[in-house]
Amino acid sequence: MSRGAGRHLVLITGGLLVVVVFAAALLAPLLAPREHSSQTLERRLESPSAEHPLGLDELGRDILSRLLWGARVSLGVGLAVVVLAGGLGTLIGAVAGFVGGRIDGVLMRLCDVVLAFPGILLAIALVAVLGPALRHVVVALVLIGWVSYARLVRGQVLQLRELEFVVAARAGGYPPLRILWRHLLPNVLPVLTVQASLGMAGAVLAEASLSFLGLGIQPPTPSWGAMIDAGRSHLLDAPHLALFPGLAILLTVMGLNFLGDGLVDYLDPRQRRLYERSG
Amino acid sequence: MTAYLLRRLAFVLLIGLLVATLVFSLVHLIPGDPVEIMLGDSAQRSDVEALRRDLGLDQSLGRQYVAFMAGLARGDLGRSIHFRQPVTRLLLDHYPATLELALASMVVALLVAVPLGILAALRRNGAVDHGSRFLALLGVSMPNFWLGPMLILLFAIQFDMFPVSGRSGPLSLVLPAVTLGTALAGLLTRMIRSALGEELHRGYLQTARAKGLGRLWAVVRHAFRNASIPVVTVVGLQFGTLLTGAIITETIFAWPGLGRLIIQAIHLRDYPLVQGGVLAIALSYVMINLLTDLTYAALDPRIRLEKSA
Repeated sequence: MSRGAGRHLVLITGGLLVVVVFAAALLAPLLAPREHSSQTLERRLESPSAEHPLGLDELGRDILSRLLWGARVSLGVGLAVVVLAGGLGTLIGAVAGFVGGRIDGVLMRLCDVVLAFPGILLAIALVAVLGPALRHVVVALVLIGWVSYARLVRGQVLQLRELEFVVAARAGGYPPLRILWRHLLPNVLPVLTVQASLGMAGAVLAEASLSFLGLGIQPPTPSWGAMIDAGRSHLLDAPHLALFPGLAILLTVMGLNFLGDGLVDYLDPRQRRLYERSG
Repeated sequence: MTAYLLRRLAFVLLIGLLVATLVFSLVHLIPGDPVEIMLGDSAQRSDVEALRRDLGLDQSLGRQYVAFMAGLARGDLGRSIHFRQPVTRLLLDHYPATLELALASMVVALLVAVPLGILAALRRNGAVDHGSRFLALLGVSMPNFWLGPMLILLFAIQFDMFPVSGRSGPLSLVLPAVTLGTALAGLLTRMIRSALGEELHRGYLQTARAKGLGRLWAVVRHAFRNASIPVVTVVGLQFGTLLTGAIITETIFAWPGLGRLIIQAIHLRDYPLVQGGVLAIALSYVMINLLTDLTYAALDPRIRLEKSA
């Protein structure tokens, strides 16, 4: 498949967006023009101005500052879910693919079971009973998120373990764990990166959804999803309340999806080379 | 086929049991006393005890489980605390609205995805292909709970074309269906494009062209049919996802379906209703996935041979 300018454009756009959002989250204390929770009630719902570039919310708080601080929540949850679900899934997938046999069968049935549940509903139900808190959101999203990593890694390991360099390592008498760690996992890393990028997009969106439903992080900590929910009752008189947090989510999730999608194209030729080398 | 069917049915039965068990345990996952949480701090001691007896929470866990499963088998899911009605009744009342919304969203998604996907596959790496890729990624990245309010702002408030919320005739269905269908439209466009792309190089298409069929007609008539088998699967599986996605869309548009009912129940701490609603959607999801698998197996003999081997 030829790779036109459009393909790289997706990757570059995604990468830039992700860098900008991460920088915004990291530098929130420096960039935020106001204290994110300081209220100016008499100026509530004020439209964007030079002093408050994105306007003030229903309690007269600076929306730009709240967005910057909210980025920490969104990306924090996203990263935590990716690291935990990705780590757990990679471990399970690698063991299933490498060991095979009955253990593989059991682990894959477990994946089927988790996949048979509607993910976001499970997350909503869990957070609803456990109580709205950030750690419950992370737990729920990890419980439904690890499966895609496990299936991906297992598939890759199954393919890789028949390749000559792995067979050679085995013949060389290396212990299985070393082969897994030194020879297999580095080769799985590219596809894992793609999945992590797309998975983080999903996690950010899911966290925002739960916060929107009032099941995520609780006030006064700013969260993009909750900000949209608050803005919904002011669509008529102050649409900027819902508009800007939505754009923040959109740009973040889009950046991660673009990055993941662009990486697929970028990594494809490398994969082909891998097979050429083996054949 | 029979062996495959039996294996699938056994798996679905197992999943159904697991779903029911999980829903049963929801109430027991609540930190603290569920009855006191349901009734609030100001509740009378006697009311708390009465509700505890009503819900069977004074019984042993094993007994509660048996009673729950027996009730489920009879279609009895207890009574809603807030609405003071049988949960089953409430679920049946709200189910049609959710189904209607999910179906309409699927129609919206297909109306966008089929033409766009075909065009993108035919002109691979052309303007339509890149444009549709961008739109698809945009659609998938767009939060429902933002798209919905923005559509309301634009088409219900600015232009007054559709009602802001509620379920009152076909016009009120448009904005919720577009909101819920957008992400799926993006996904299906890319799916159709890649499934069709694989078929475009096959010999039968050359044959069809050689016998004089026009390019578009040959593609639509022959290649699209073959490409549609994987697409049917995705459509089926995604229909289940639409049912859960409806939770947020219904909340935005005050659409009187199951999803909104569940969220209301969560905020009212009406746990029997939460359990019933989650059970209804999860079981529907499982059944839809089963039907999709069976359809796929019926359409494509290779699948059932592969899986029963």
